[in-house]
Amino acid sequence: MEDTRKKPIIEVKDISYKYAEDHVLEHVSLNVPEGAFLALVGPNGSGKSTLLKLILGLLKLQSGKIKLFGEDIRMFKDWDQIGFVSQKANSFNTGFPASVFEVVQSGLTKKIGLFAFPKKKHREKVLDALKSVGMLGFQDRNIGELSGGQQQRVFIARALVSEPKLLILDEPTVGVDSRHVHEFYQLLGELNKKSGITLILVTHDVGTVTDKVSHVACLNKSLHFHGDAEEYHSLDEKELSTMYGTSVQLISHNH
Amino acid sequence: MISGIFQFEFLQNAFLTGIIIGALAPLLGVFVVVRRMSLIADALSHVTLAGIALSLLLEKRFMALAGLNPLYLGMAFSVAGSLFIERLRNVYRHYQELAIPIILSGGIGLSVIFISLAEGFNTDLYGYLFGSVSAVSRTDLWVVVAVFLIVVLTVILLYKELFLLSFDEEHARASGIPSKWIHFIFIIMVAMVISVSMRIVGILLVSALMTLPVAASLRFANGFKQTIFFSILFGEISVIAGLFLSYYLDLAPGGTIVIIAVGLLVTAILIGKRKKTKWGEGK
Ligand SMILES: Nc1ncnc2c1ncn2[C@@H]1O[C@H](COP(=O)(O)OP(=O)(O)O)[C@@H](O)[C@H]1O
Ligand SMILES: [Mg+2]
Repeated sequence: MEDTRKKPIIEVKDISYKYAEDHVLEHVSLNVPEGAFLALVGPNGSGKSTLLKLILGLLKLQSGKIKLFGEDIRMFKDWDQIGFVSQKANSFNTGFPASVFEVVQSGLTKKIGLFAFPKKKHREKVLDALKSVGMLGFQDRNIGELSGGQQQRVFIARALVSEPKLLILDEPTVGVDSRHVHEFYQLLGELNKKSGITLILVTHDVGTVTDKVSHVACLNKSLHFHGDAEEYHSLDEKELSTMYGTSVQLISHNH
Repeated sequence: MISGIFQFEFLQNAFLTGIIIGALAPLLGVFVVVRRMSLIADALSHVTLAGIALSLLLEKRFMALAGLNPLYLGMAFSVAGSLFIERLRNVYRHYQELAIPIILSGGIGLSVIFISLAEGFNTDLYGYLFGSVSAVSRTDLWVVVAVFLIVVLTVILLYKELFLLSFDEEHARASGIPSKWIHFIFIIMVAMVISVSMRIVGILLVSALMTLPVAASLRFANGFKQTIFFSILFGEISVIAGLFLSYYLDLAPGGTIVIIAVGLLVTAILIGKRKKTKWGEGK
């Protein structure tokens, strides 16, 4: 099913997870090859964010295995290889008194290292990252003064500034003006194709992204489909509904 | 007349201490406010009071302890209280603010017990509650200088990490920085600054000196560094003007300082630039 020439950047093997009594994830296995653009789709509460948090080491693994860049997650140290854009549009404190520059530079914290200060080359990287998301010129504005879509671009710049090989985005378009959503996916497509960054995008807009992505995974507690985008397209609606246990149409409208 | 104020050593001590905490309290206050921990500062100040009351009690009961500076026990209680708050916040993950009333009432309860055991209120305690210009000793000043050096050095060295942790805790953890340690160091610094600040502004008003200048600064500042700069500026104006006024008008310094800080805040609200997105509008 997967391109075997490319080594997987993420290997998830048989993981299950529960916060309380009931499992949120059950026996999920998933490989993400280098250079892939994976859309992780599924209804609300299907465990998408939980899976990402496990991959990012924000939650402790309960059972199963995760390898990042070929290394067991418990040994993994190169966290600046992984950029992360969380469901910020919902939780971000819009009054935070930080400039766009400061926010993006905070993405270099790990790279610069403890007890060290940002140098000229780091400041240049910040401007480069802002340029790559089309936000050059906004660096002195307060983050709270920007629109939701602009803020989301800044968060992508923050994730990109450490030059990660893998970028993980959790529902980045929630709270973004629908006019800009298309533009936004365009940007992701370019990052994937031109810069060769492996992408994992969590979304429940199944329809809007499938033409940009290379792989699709459908999650609802367990993995219901994992394959390349073409196979996904060849599935008919009936098959999709049985995967979700609910109508796909409903899913793309329910947020 | 101005020079008259500095001819007494105790006034020199008070002014130097005041100038230091006028910078120190708002410096940490910026991080406290943006992390929405203002009430924690309040709770810790009441725990500090318990330490001070205990120290005054011991002083009264045991002659051998007469020379003990109450600041030490106050600081010890404050640091212990901060660690306890962290425990409670983990125990009540979904009700993190519960830690505050628990610690706050615990602090007041202990203070009241110690005060009653000491058979009442004395002028020393009054000074700790409302601040005092005349009671600041050389030892107090040296303790404040030491805390100042430690805190400023730590904030400079860990500035990036403190910023990231304040702006986005989840991202801080995901990026692989030792965020637990950074937070731990931060909360201990807060506890130390609270206990040294209360000598001048008093227990009941310490958290005001940490938050009011920051609240005013948020109306003006662009960016985080500027927010810190204006917070310290407003803190210094409040402390210096407050100490002069309280000396010449014979007022309690804590109250005078805080009322000036409130005045600055109101002015900032009235004339401060209107932002498209205002502080506190976050979802
Ligand atoms: N911190 C948490 N504590 C307890 N339950 C949680 C927590 N986070 C998520 N859940 C539950 O786990 C399930 C999956 O959540 P999540 O991974 O956020 O789903 P998704 O991102 O697909 O919407 C949901 O039922 C949610 O209520
Ligand atoms: Mg989610």
